Amino acid sequence: MARHVIARVADLPPGSRTLVTVKGRPIAVFNVGGEFFGLFNRCPHQGGSLCEGKLVGLLQAREPGRYTYTRRGEILRCPWHGWEFDIRTGKSWCDPDRVRTRSYRVDVEGGQGLVEGPYVAETVPVTVDEEYLVIEA
Amino acid sequence: MNVELRERPQAAATPLSRLAIADCDIHPTRRLLADIHPYLSKRWQEHLQTFGLRYRQPYQNGPAYPKGQPQACRRDAVPPGGGKPGCDLDFMRAQHLDPNNVQLGILNPLSPSGQGFQNTDFSIAFCRAINDWQVAEWTSREKRLRASIVVPYEDGAASAAEIDRCAGDPQLAPHFAQVLLLSRTAEPLGNRRYWPIYEAALRAGLPVGVHAFGYGGSPITAGGWPSYYIEEMVGHAQCSQALLTSMVIEGVFEKFPALRVVLIESGFAWLPSLLWRMDKHWARLRQETPHLRRLPSEYVRDQVWLTTQPMEEPADPAQLRQAIEWIGWDRLLFATDYPHWDFDDPSRVLPLQVAEAQRRAFFLDNARTVYGTH
Ligand code: FES
Repeated sequence: MARHVIARVADLPPGSRTLVTVKGRPIAVFNVGGEFFGLFNRCPHQGGSLCEGKLVGLLQAREPGRYTYTRRGEILRCPWHGWEFDIRTGKSWCDPDRVRTRSYRVDVEGGQGLVEGPYVAETVPVTVDEEYLVIEA
Repeated sequence: MNVELRERPQAAATPLSRLAIADCDIHPTRRLLADIHPYLSKRWQEHLQTFGLRYRQPYQNGPAYPKGQPQACRRDAVPPGGGKPGCDLDFMRAQHLDPNNVQLGILNPLSPSGQGFQNTDFSIAFCRAINDWQVAEWTSREKRLRASIVVPYEDGAASAAEIDRCAGDPQLAPHFAQVLLLSRTAEPLGNRRYWPIYEAALRAGLPVGVHAFGYGGSPITAGGWPSYYIEEMVGHAQCSQALLTSMVIEGVFEKFPALRVVLIESGFAWLPSLLWRMDKHWARLRQETPHLRRLPSEYVRDQVWLTTQPMEEPADPAQLRQAIEWIGWDRLLFATDYPHWDFDDPSRVLPLQVAEAQRRAFFLDNARTVYGTH
């Protein structure tokens, strides 16, 4: 495991997303209202690119005609067949225990600490006065 | 079973590393409706501008049901240069034909194709335009692709004339792989009003494809108009069962033993039980239809193929194998439905260990046989 600097925080404002490659693995990184999430970019169904999916809310109904809409922007719909994934855990909505995509913790760290500590920054040059997104993988 | 995806470095998919496939259901479309104008006479260009596209269905302002994704397409299939998914041949090559090693792609234009228009004369003119457009803009530029002759199917004589035009022109004929119909027609497809289409297809030496959807004007299920898109999706199997039963029982296959029919995008696992029922009832009710001289299942076994997408996905893949074996590994034609949202990925769609010959039949050889492209 190593820590990888994947982007400047300033380059990924709320509502945006990016696709990064860490150790050869494609990871989709999302900024949802200031919180950062990383998901392995292949849908476990047939491999759709999750980075292209739409972020929606969690729509549930206890009975026909009565629904709730919660967790706005935290459910990712695959761009192909629309399977839904919890952006916090990578678990699918329909079969959470068996069908999931790996989720990665994305941390915000100051450039100062990164310059001192061990990290890998293949493509992102780090300076002390910026903040960065870091994935452990 | 744990289906959590193991991570693998993303290997660049090169055509050589992938099995060559045929894709029997690709949907090209135009960027703008005006792109079709050059293929229409001035009279019909004006009609299009004045009245727009009117289908033989209620809910005239668009599809009767919402789609699973915008424009019914994969969200990643919008071309970088803009326009509707499926309008850009170069992007189709880069996103689909090249990485998935498609050696033979059958074009099934749907949106729009002229099929199912309420105005029959406009349907005739528009189908003709779409046939010329496919050749000019797609198959002339990409040899892996073959076009479908779309026809104004409610008018059998006009449909036959269009098939004869395409097949009789040595410049056009090599571009076409099949005659295309839609599954929802004014009457079930065994009805004699459609027989001129089958006769013309035989003259042209082409199979007849029947793609799910269409605009027959009747409710889309035998039980009336349902409420949800998922009911429409599931209902395609029901519609195809009805049209296939009609073709068998009315004697289409008996009358035209060389006719080949491909059912497109309506599933396949329903076929065995339908044939069991038909055979059983035929034995009891044979006197009603003396023109049928063989078991219904025998006609289907010899003259019908089915495309695979959207594949049935039983939790236990062994059940999928069983269903395929009941139908026959030689009867299924792999299809992706690119760029539509329920696309099937060839590398993931068949979760079975199968013999190499069966895999090749499923992905390529059956299509080459049906479409005569060996
Ligand atoms: S590939 Fe994601 S839902 Fe099918």
